[in-house]
Amino acid sequence: MAIIRKSFAEIDQMELAGRVVVDTLELVGEHIKPGVTTAALDAVADEFIRSRGGTPTFLGYRGYPASICTSPNAMVVHGIPGPYTLEGGDILSVDVGVTLGGFVGDSAYTFPVGEISDEARALLDVCQTALAAGIEQAQAGNRISDIGHAIQTVTEEGGFSVVRSLVGHGVGRSMHEDPQIPNFGDPGRGPVLQPGMTLAIEPMITAGGPDVYLHDDEWSISTDDGSLAAHFEHTVAVTENGPRILTRGVETSLLR
Amino acid sequence: MAKQEDKIEVEGEITEALPSTMFRVQLDSGHAVLASISGKMRKNYMRILPGDKVKVELSPYDLSRGRITYRYR
Repeated sequence: MAIIRKSFAEIDQMELAGRVVVDTLELVGEHIKPGVTTAALDAVADEFIRSRGGTPTFLGYRGYPASICTSPNAMVVHGIPGPYTLEGGDILSVDVGVTLGGFVGDSAYTFPVGEISDEARALLDVCQTALAAGIEQAQAGNRISDIGHAIQTVTEEGGFSVVRSLVGHGVGRSMHEDPQIPNFGDPGRGPVLQPGMTLAIEPMITAGGPDVYLHDDEWSISTDDGSLAAHFEHTVAVTENGPRILTRGVETSLLR
Repeated sequence: MAKQEDKIEVEGEITEALPSTMFRVQLDSGHAVLASISGKMRKNYMRILPGDKVKVELSPYDLSRGRITYRYR
């Protein structure tokens, strides 16, 4: 396994890509309301990313057919935008990847559609808290598994489950680089984190059990037991002074 | 975009049916794992009984637990 470390200049470039990701997520968020189709959101995102001089990373990645992922309710990740029409009470996870200047930014946010249940709200809050706890562990000298351990602890204390079969990953000039970053496990395992590492940390949690299955479209993944799933993600650089979020701004600008 | 972790596919035989549709599976490799039924099999009401030969998916992060994804005739 070879974890690519980036220079200060390269991390700054990744943050430029990250800003487009954040702005795209914010724009998509503004369009989310009952009656809107996920295909419409994809079109908005695609046009915006290109207007900023970027390329949607997901389009054509291993054959993926759209520019963003839109995963409602029990769908965890990789939902393909299409005719699905949002309803009040839904939660929708949106995952955006942008390539700009040769570097990839990757971030995701789970949006409420209209008024959602208390349990759905708790799921979203716990997932965001888990992500923050994971990012807190992305310090030079820690180990990769410290991230997943923190995420799992927060998630399970919140009464929810961590999806096992999907993981975070290194990111840089490519979408998926070493290492794999599971969202669970014992602390103190795996490679040592060093400055220059750039990681996509993305907890995926469910309101029921951790098992998921792949749909017939060979992309979208949903919970086995049909329970709600949340997904939040940031691209984070490990620096000598702690973690630096390269997709910063999504939460604060989306506070309602 | 999340990455799917590398899964390990193995085969084995059901030795015991446990509560909550969990099963003990004796893998061809000799190891015994605790396994659940995949959602697709649940949706199709497929019955699994001791003695059945099945395909099991394992996560490299937890080799003692699996998911039954296929039942051989």
